[in-house]
Order: sequence, then structure tokens, then C-alpha cells
Amino acid sequence: MPAQPQTGPIAGRLPAETLAANFADLHPPLSAHEARVAADRCYFCHDAPCVTACPTSIDIPLFIREIQAGRPETAAREIFEANILGGICARVCPTEVLCEGACVREAAEGKPVEIGLLQRHATDSLMARQGHPFTRAAPTGRRVAVVGAGPAGLACAHRLARYGHEVVIYEGAPKPGGLNEYGIAAYKAVDDFAAREAAWIMGIGGIEVRHGQWLGREVTLEALRAEYDAVFLGIGLSGVNDLVVENPALEGVHDAVTFISALRQTRDLTTLPIGREVVVIGGGMTAIDCAVQARALGAESVTLVYRRGRDRMGASRWEQDLAAQRGVRLLFEAAPVALEGEGRLTGVVFERMAEGPEGLRPTGERFTLPADQMFRAVGQRIGETSGVETAHGKVVTQGCGRTTMDKVWAGGDCAAGGDDLTVTAVAQGRDAAEDIHGSLTE
Amino acid sequence: MADLTTRFLGIESPNPFWLASAPPTDKEYNVRRAFEAGWGGVVWKTLGAEGPPVVNVNGPRYGVLHGPDRRVLGLNNIELITDRDLETNLEEMARVKADYPDRALIASIMVPCEEAAWKAILPRVAETNADGIELNFGCPHGMSERGMGSAVGQVPEYIEMVARWCKQYYDRPVIVKLTPNITDIRKPAEAARRGGADAVSLINTINSITAVDLDRMAPEPTIDGKGSHGGYCGPAVKPIALSMVSEIARAEATRGMPISGIGGITTWRDAAEFMVLGAGTVQVCTAAMTYGFRIVEELCAGLSDWMDEEGYRSTADFVGAAVPNVTDWKNLNLNYVAKARIDQSLCIKCGRCYTACEDTSHQAIAMTPDRVFEVIDAECVACNLCVDVCPVESCIDMVPMAPGSLDPRTGRVVSGEHGDWTTHPNNPMAQAAE
Ligand SMILES: Cc1cc2nc3c(=O)[nH]c(=O)nc-3n(C[C@H](O)[C@H](O)[C@H](O)COP(=O)(O)OP(=O)(O)OC[C@H]3O[C@@H](n4cnc5c(N)ncnc54)[C@H](O)[C@@H]3O)c2cc1C
Ligand SMILES: Cc1cc2nc3c(=O)[nH]c(=O)nc-3n(C[C@H](O)[C@H](O)[C@H](O)COP(=O)(O)O)c2cc1C
Ligand code: SF4
Ligand code: SF4
Ligand code: SF4
Repeated sequence: MPAQPQTGPIAGRLPAETLAANFADLHPPLSAHEARVAADRCYFCHDAPCVTACPTSIDIPLFIREIQAGRPETAAREIFEANILGGICARVCPTEVLCEGACVREAAEGKPVEIGLLQRHATDSLMARQGHPFTRAAPTGRRVAVVGAGPAGLACAHRLARYGHEVVIYEGAPKPGGLNEYGIAAYKAVDDFAAREAAWIMGIGGIEVRHGQWLGREVTLEALRAEYDAVFLGIGLSGVNDLVVENPALEGVHDAVTFISALRQTRDLTTLPIGREVVVIGGGMTAIDCAVQARALGAESVTLVYRRGRDRMGASRWEQDLAAQRGVRLLFEAAPVALEGEGRLTGVVFERMAEGPEGLRPTGERFTLPADQMFRAVGQRIGETSGVETAHGKVVTQGCGRTTMDKVWAGGDCAAGGDDLTVTAVAQGRDAAEDIHGSLTE
Repeated sequence: MADLTTRFLGIESPNPFWLASAPPTDKEYNVRRAFEAGWGGVVWKTLGAEGPPVVNVNGPRYGVLHGPDRRVLGLNNIELITDRDLETNLEEMARVKADYPDRALIASIMVPCEEAAWKAILPRVAETNADGIELNFGCPHGMSERGMGSAVGQVPEYIEMVARWCKQYYDRPVIVKLTPNITDIRKPAEAARRGGADAVSLINTINSITAVDLDRMAPEPTIDGKGSHGGYCGPAVKPIALSMVSEIARAEATRGMPISGIGGITTWRDAAEFMVLGAGTVQVCTAAMTYGFRIVEELCAGLSDWMDEEGYRSTADFVGAAVPNVTDWKNLNLNYVAKARIDQSLCIKCGRCYTACEDTSHQAIAMTPDRVFEVIDAECVACNLCVDVCPVESCIDMVPMAPGSLDPRTGRVVSGEHGDWTTHPNNPMAQAAE
């Protein structure tokens, strides 16, 4: 008789081979022939809606045509010109709501051109050569501090370095990449891609990264403003929103981002503990990724509970379907009110919610889900801001990332205006760099 | 199920689909399997004169032009005529014909341009009981360097002469296969008729280089670092072949001469197009070489279904039916005015029509800020480019303007009368209407 699955977060629920399969590349790369066939489907549209839908405005028809003509590396240059993180974007962008969602073939047949996979084909081809495709302009002697080595910081630093400015990145974490390294679902960035990409970006030269440098601790904004010609803040959202429930301090209750970060940094996934009956609270990409990866680690049941209706979920329909396919149960219009257990979590009590014109309203009807592990994924918020003006939890910016503080720019998740996506962070970092460059060469 | 039985020069075959003289018909093994698969006839791979046969290269002999997903659009070859000896071929032909008396079996021949050579081979071919012969005046590579193939086909006087010898020394139908590597295809066809040939078949392959290897700096296919031009065939040559067939079908000097149509035929529709332009049978090579013998099932089923739909009882009912509508440009009605019309419910807003018209035509398509594309009638000359580049079938239509309505481009009222260049005021040669 097989042993009864054990309760409580424990490691090694699945053998290594199963884990390897569960965490394999979500969208395996196209072969050269597949890429040609996929590229042939592009109509080379005029004023292409896919380009409009790409936050970094990559010239999609042109790069696809270059693949079609047998020059994936030429295509990659075209991509990197607009988006130096085109490699990770090809893997993590919710293309179904961005470029592919706007593709005319999506409208025509419900089968868009596979822009993401083609972008990956091109960027992989070029990066496989290891050569960095751009050369740095002659040094200008101007110096810029970039805080945070996430997508926004890296994009900003690269563009500035290309113009010949000297860039020093102050990063608190031990590795560069931001959420590419610590947040994105493991199966979206396999084979240590985030670290490889960051190293490849540094190939431009003129960028120094100082790790273990937290703004507000090891370094102050005052000092940076004094030492550098400009400062760019790309610090993302380092705070985590709290969940107000009765009895919150039980063993088995975690923040989703902490769990994901640990997962991303664990080499041997058989050593990572996971519960048997897991509950995830939240409705965004983080909640979905947390739930899917909990299942992939071997949790017997995973239930994602979102307080509003399906349509209001931050995660796209495609992401929701992915979760459902991977065995995650999605529950809508219910909010946690209390946690059960003595010392250890044993269950979560929910109250059904109703969404009406006056907003979200508790109905009084309650139910309990047994749970030995629960993850909170109810949003991140800005952390250290060192006196820069914020509003609605974001740094206030005007135009291309200028904050209201002299010599300070901001972009990415920490700044207003983006969609909290990798690609919007890249766009904002890049555009801020252009603006900084403009102001330095005035 | 319409009856596809076809009579061509008195030769009956169960359907009009013959395999052209080429590798598919190179030997008994192939031809038996082709007949089993359902082909109506074959033109046996071209025979050469008695003696040591020609030799082929031992490296790649084909080059290719690919469309999307490596679809074969065009093939080129540097193969010569049969490289097996005459006796073997003749014995095999005789055996196959005896076993398949209901199928057409035509012998293709290419021997030097000397009366003795033809006089020698024709009785041998007659002994096989083949239904007729086809004179290969078309092969554009290799054989032409030796004064045969297209080297003969490009000189109408030679064609006439050889055709006459053949009619003299052979008593069954003689078909002359024409090379397209010539400026005016009507000239060799007229020569064939003058020489007494019963029919022409066309086209043979077109001089071509399909690709150049940029590493080796040599044309493909490349043999030990060098390449030679080859003969082009397959879907890409169909438009050229159709035009040539139609020219012969409508020219006064050759009108009514039976034609076997060849060139890029891949589906039943291609075959039907050749036939309505005057071809009594069609011959297929590249499509069979790409997909195998079984395509004949689709050819037969498709043609027969179409005939049923149209009410044709036999292929003779529609052979040549489109010939009267092939005319010279000067006879086209210049008073006919059409305008492009975009069906907004089908439009997927790719903007291709806009770019094509804006960049390279008449700036007659407007785009609104929210990407709605509309034709500007005052600019549209009805050139059809937008229709051709639109990825959605039937999304753009060419709508004729009713006589009496005002063409906003010219400011003139559309006339219901026919008016062509021959009487147009801008034509210095115009004959004034009496
Ligand atoms: C779990 C999860 C999954 C996601 N999945 C996707 C996805 O599939 N697709 C997608 O497009 N987006 C996804 N996102 C969103 C995406 O990761 C972010 O939008 C993007 O990383 C934002 O980039 P950034 O550079 O602004 O911030 P971050 O990536 O957060 O980088 C900020 C960097 O700044 C550093 N930092 C922070 N504070 C300080 C400080 N005080 N001093 C020094 N350094 C500091 C951090 O260590 C980090 O390296 C996901 C987010 C999460 C949390
Ligand atoms: C490999 C190859 C060899 C050929 N050999 C001959 C030949 O020996 N005699 C001949 O008359 N035509 C020859 N042809 C021409 C074909 O019979 C035919 O005219 C031509 O391929 C056009 O038809 P298609 O487009 O259906 O291929 C050859 C064609 C190919 C591809
Ligand atoms: S919308 Fe689609 S078809 Fe048009 S250019 Fe973009 S990818 Fe190509
Ligand atoms: S088709 Fe391929 S395997 Fe067959 S003879 Fe030709 S090269 Fe050889
Ligand atoms: S080419 Fe066709 S589908 Fe594309 S915009 Fe024009 S009419 Fe619409």
C-alpha cells in the first residue's frame, strides 16, 4: 500500500526527473525550419498593430522578414536596438495581451504570428555567439548612478553606456536581473537565462555593478546626487502588501514572492519544501506563478482564491488557462478572513464576496479550505524612496521618467505609468536614458 | 462521375493525364506503377540513337525554388535524355504496351538532325506498338550543346524538316515538343504544321539558374565547384506555358492544331486551365516528381467533379472553350471602368493594400487614424494590385461601374459602348469610325 502523502511543507514530494519535466521550458525554442515557417505567416503590415502594442515598439514586421530571409542575427540586432532585454521579453511577455493580441492574424483566424517565439529565435541566435552587438561611443566623462539592476536599471544603464557615459549600478541583491532573476516563473527563464543575459548586456562596457548596496542603507540618494551627474531609480517594488486576517502568525504562511525567490535560487528542487494542500491568495501574475510552481513541486492540491471575478484578474486569460491546465483550481469572489491551526496552519476560512456597482461586498457566507501552506500574493509596493515624491504608491514622474527631484529619474515598477511588466520597465529605463543623455549633452 | 476518356490524334486514353517524358517515365518499373496508379498515358523518357547511351552527371542534377514551408515552386535539372541503351528501352516499351493496351504510350525521340538517324530509329520504335512519337526539340541543356534538343527547336526550318522525315518514315501520329526558349512560340508551331506534324506539345523546360551558392560562388546544382544552366519546370512556369499554349491555339496559322499542354500542372484546376486554352491532353512531370504517382487520383476526381458541376459530358466539350476570349491588348474595351471595393467585414486591417497603392501605384487607398482602409474612387484606376496583395480572399472586389454613371477619376460618364485602342483618339493609327 502506498504511503499516505505527508502533511506540512516537506521537501522531495517528487523525484528529480519529474521536477525537471515540470520545470522545463514553457515554450521550447523553434528550430530553424519552424522559425522560417512561422516567419512566413507574417504579412509585413503597414503601420503594424503589433508594433503599436509592443511597449518597446520593436519593428516586428522587419525583424520577422529578416528571419524569413535567413538572417536571424540581423533580426536580433533590430530587436536589441529597441529593447536590449529582448531575450527575456521573448520569454516572459504576456504576448497574448501585447503584440500577438494585436496581430491581424489573431483578428483573422485566432492564430497570431508567433512573435514571441520568433523574437526568441532571433535573440538566441545572436546571443549564442556571445558577441555583444553594439559598440560604445567615445567616453563622455559624464557619470550616472543607476539604482537597481532589474530590467529598468539594466536597460537604462546599457543605453547610457552606449552613448559613452560611465555608469555605476548600485544593487542591493547579490545578483543582477531584478525579478528576472528572483521573480519570473522558473519555466519561463530556464538555464540561468537571467544571469547570462545580464552578463551579456554588460558586454557593452562602461558599466560597473556594485552588489550589496542598498539605497537608504549602504548608500544615500544625497551622496549619489552629489557624486554623479544624474541618478536613475529602478528599484522596483520591494515591499509586500499585507493581508488582514485573524490569526495571521502561523507556521506555513508565506509571501509568494519570497517563496518564488527561494525557488529560483534553489539548484536542487528536491530540497525545496512544499505543502500538501496549498492555498494561494491573489489575482495577479505572482499568484498564478506561485500556484503553478507549487503544483509543479508536488503539492497534492493547489487552490488560487481571488476576491473579485475572473474578468478583474490581473493575470491574463492565457495565464489563467495555463494554471488550470497545470491542475490549479481557481476560485473567484472569496476573501480570506481567518486562518485556522495551532502553531501550524491547518485551514483557511473564506467569506464569499459579491461584486456590485457599489464595489466589493462581503456576503456573510463562509467556507473553509483545508491547507497546510498558504501564500500571500496580494500585491507589492514601493520600498525605500529616499524622499523622492510618490503618489498612489509610485514615484511621480513627468515625461521621460523625470522625478520632481533635480537630477533624479525613475522607471520600471517603482515609477508611475508602466504596467508592472518586464517590457514596460525596459521601455521606461531606455526612455529615461535618452532623456538623461539629452540633459547631459545639452 | 463524368467520363474522362480522351481521344487525342485518335489515341484513346482513359483520362487526359499523361506523364511527361522525364524520370517518371524512364523505365518499365516506373511506367507500370504509373499505369497501376491510374495515369492515362505516358511519354517515355526520350530515346537517343543506337550505340553507347549518354551519361549523366554523378552529382546533384536538380536545383529548386522553394515557397513557404519548403513547398516546391520550381525545379531545374541538368539531366540529359535516357542514359539506358536503346534496345532495353524498346523491349520494355513493347512489353508495357502489350500489358496496358488501353493506355497511351508515346515514344519521345531525340537523334541527330540527319535523315539517316531518324530513318534508322523510327521502324524500331514502330515495332514496339507505341501509339505515336514525340520529337524532343526542347531540352535546353547538354543535348543542345551537341546540336540537338532546343538547338533544333529554335530553328523552325529544322523542325519542319525533321517533322517531314518522321511523317515519311513513320505511320502513326507525330507530336512536336516545343522549347519555350524562343521569342515567338508560334514560329516553331507553324513549322511543325508545315512539316506535317499532327500536334505540338509544350512547354519543355526553360533555361534557368535557380540559385547561387554564395559560399562556393557557383550556381546550383553545383558539381565539383561548377554549375551549368538547367531546365526550369514546376508551378512557377505555368503562367508562361499557358500563354504559349494560348498563342498557338488562337493564331491563324496553327488554329485547330491539337496541343498537348505541359508546364507546372499540379492540380485538376491547372489541367482544366490548359485544356480550356486549347490543350487536348496534359502532361505532368514536376508534380509527380514531388508528390508521386498518386496525385493522379486528385487530378481525375477534381476534373470529373468540375465537369459534373458544369454539365460537361466529355473533355472535348470544353477543350478550347476560353480561346475566343484570348485577344490582343488593342481589342480590350477601354470604356469598361471598375473600382476596387473593400469589404470591411472581411478586412483584417493589415494595410498591405494601402502600402502597395501608396508606394507603388495610384495613392487611391486612404487610411483613417484608427486604421480603416477605404478606396478613393477619384484616384482608383482599378489596377488590381490591392486585390493581388490582400491576404484575405474576396476581401477586395473589382466592381464594374454601370454605364451612365460618372467616373469621379476622369469626370466622364461611363459609356455602355465598346471602345478600344484601335479607334481611340489618342491612337495616331486609329481608323476613324465610318
Ligand atoms: C512573481 C512575479 C512574476 C512576474 N512575471 C512576469 C511575467 O511573466 N512577465 C512580465 O512581463 N512581468 C512579470 N512580472 C513583473 C516584472 O518582473 C516586473 O515588472 C519587472 O521586473 C520590473 O522591473 P524593474 O526593473 O522595475 O524592477 P525589479 O525587477 O523589481 O528590479 C528592481 C531591482 O532593484 C533592486 N532594489 C530594490 N530596492 C533597492 C534599493 N533600495 N537599493 C538597491 N537596490 C534595490 C532589486 O534588488 C532589484 O534588483 C512578474 C513579477 C513577479 C513578482
Ligand atoms: C529531370 C527532368 C528530366 C527531363 N527530361 C526530359 C526528357 O528527357 N525529354 C523531354 O522531352 N522532356 C524532359 N523533361 C521536361 C518535362 O517533360 C516537361 O516538359 C517539363 O518538366 C515541364 O513540365 P512540369 O512543369 O510538369 O515539370 C525533363 C524534366 C525534368 C524535370
Ligand atoms: S500584426 Fe501580425 S502579421 Fe502584421 S506585421 Fe505584426 S506580426 Fe506580422
Ligand atoms: S533521391 Fe536521394 S537517395 Fe534517391 S537517388 Fe536521388 S539523391 Fe539518391
Ligand atoms: S490588404 Fe485586404 S485585409 Fe489588408 S487592409 Fe487591405 S483590404 Fe484589409
